[in-house]
Amino acid sequence: MARYFTEEHEWIDVEGDTATVGITDYAQGQLGDIVFVELPAVGTPVEKGKDAAVVESVKAASDVYAPISGEVTEINDSLDGDPALVNSSPEEDGWFFKLTIADKAQLEGLMDAAAYKSFVDGL
Amino acid sequence: MSESEDHTDPAKLPLDAWHRAQGARMVPFAGYEMPIQYEGIVAEHEWTRSHAGLFDVSHMGQLLVSGEGAADALEALLPGDIAALKPGRLRYSLLLDANGGILDDLMVTNVTAEGGEPTYYLVVNGATKWDDIAHLREHLPDEITLTHLEDQALLAVQGPEAETALRRVFRDAMGDLKFMQGTRFSFGDIDIGISRSGYTGEDGFELSLPAEHAETLAGRLCAEIEIKPIGLGARDSLRLEAGLPLYGHDLSPETDPVSAGLAFAIGKRRRAEGGFPGAERVLRLLEDGTDRLRVGLALEGRLPAREGARVFAGETPVGEVTSGGFSPTLGHPVAMAYVARERAAQGAELEIEVRGKRLPARVTAMPFVPHKYYRGDK
Repeated sequence: MARYFTEEHEWIDVEGDTATVGITDYAQGQLGDIVFVELPAVGTPVEKGKDAAVVESVKAASDVYAPISGEVTEINDSLDGDPALVNSSPEEDGWFFKLTIADKAQLEGLMDAAAYKSFVDGL
Repeated sequence: MSESEDHTDPAKLPLDAWHRAQGARMVPFAGYEMPIQYEGIVAEHEWTRSHAGLFDVSHMGQLLVSGEGAADALEALLPGDIAALKPGRLRYSLLLDANGGILDDLMVTNVTAEGGEPTYYLVVNGATKWDDIAHLREHLPDEITLTHLEDQALLAVQGPEAETALRRVFRDAMGDLKFMQGTRFSFGDIDIGISRSGYTGEDGFELSLPAEHAETLAGRLCAEIEIKPIGLGARDSLRLEAGLPLYGHDLSPETDPVSAGLAFAIGKRRRAEGGFPGAERVLRLLEDGTDRLRVGLALEGRLPAREGARVFAGETPVGEVTSGGFSPTLGHPVAMAYVARERAAQGAELEIEVRGKRLPARVTAMPFVPHKYYRGDK
């Protein structure tokens, strides 16, 4: 399984033809206490770089973008009752949604863990 | 309190280095780099409600208006009964434009020394202070002196344990103040102006002192077990729960004291006599009522409605949210909105539109979380 990262601080795990998307630990730290996560409905087509979800922290609402294009196949229902999971376990239990991978070539522009770390260190 | 998005380089607060050393995340606000949070907004919010928080509000404008006739001069610019304000007392007031629109909200303290010339201490919003100063310079008579206390810091200590902690530090020097009273005292060689007031709904104090001593005092206060530094993020969620309006969001020149629910700031004598900017219109609104009113809205669920969200009664748009967020104390979102008068009654069931969804919202009395001011009755 390969994990990629975007400059908008999403992570994406790729396993075969499906992928899991969430936001990074850095992102949750910047957002602060998360009180609500609005996820796309299963079956929604999402487009690379376009809004896919919304995270509401105490201070503001922030868009989460789809790292690649595809169709949402599953959402993390745990976030409905426990949105703070995104703060406590952003890169594991606090995942957002799974989607089909429309075009594997879209993964090529994303960063690996080392590249993302140096990207964040440079912010 | 107010904010602005300023694209010039933000200025630094006297406590800038101290905030960073405490782990603050700094953001531009009202022309300054200010601490938005230290350990997290919710933790800081809850700490303030149960213990005490130290807020650096040195971005706010501290002004002195002095001279014979200072009370009359101020009364020509705001609707409060300043003449009746005794030394050592504070009053919340509003700077109004000629139409009765709100230019700023502020605190006025009578700081006249015994036998001294009449002197009033004003605390105005950070984002509006330069406009306020220009407005005051233009409208105050020549014989009245306006002084901008640029070298003063302002620290607020707020929460149920604020008095216990401050009294351990200052002992009897801080006096025996009730809500909306103030005094001066010396702490070592630091000259401190203290008032029992704040912007959280909790009992608490504001301390004005020379900026050069701010770091010493902030460190000394935060050494007390009850006090932690609290950022702007929690300051906003605390004031929202307390139902206190935020200038630039809930108040603006397009709002007036009556629709803003701030008619209490218009003194009884002033209602009879007028003589403040926009008096004719404001007194007529007091008599006839306004088309819309600032109300509190309680939402179900967890999705907050933010500033700018539209409010509906069925299909009819009836208003707009001016501030909103998640209430850590109540565990659900709350908002302030201006709503058509006929829909503004307590208990009215409305809806707020957020990203195409309609969220049920009920008109609720403010404060959302009860005030705990100390009025001398405990």
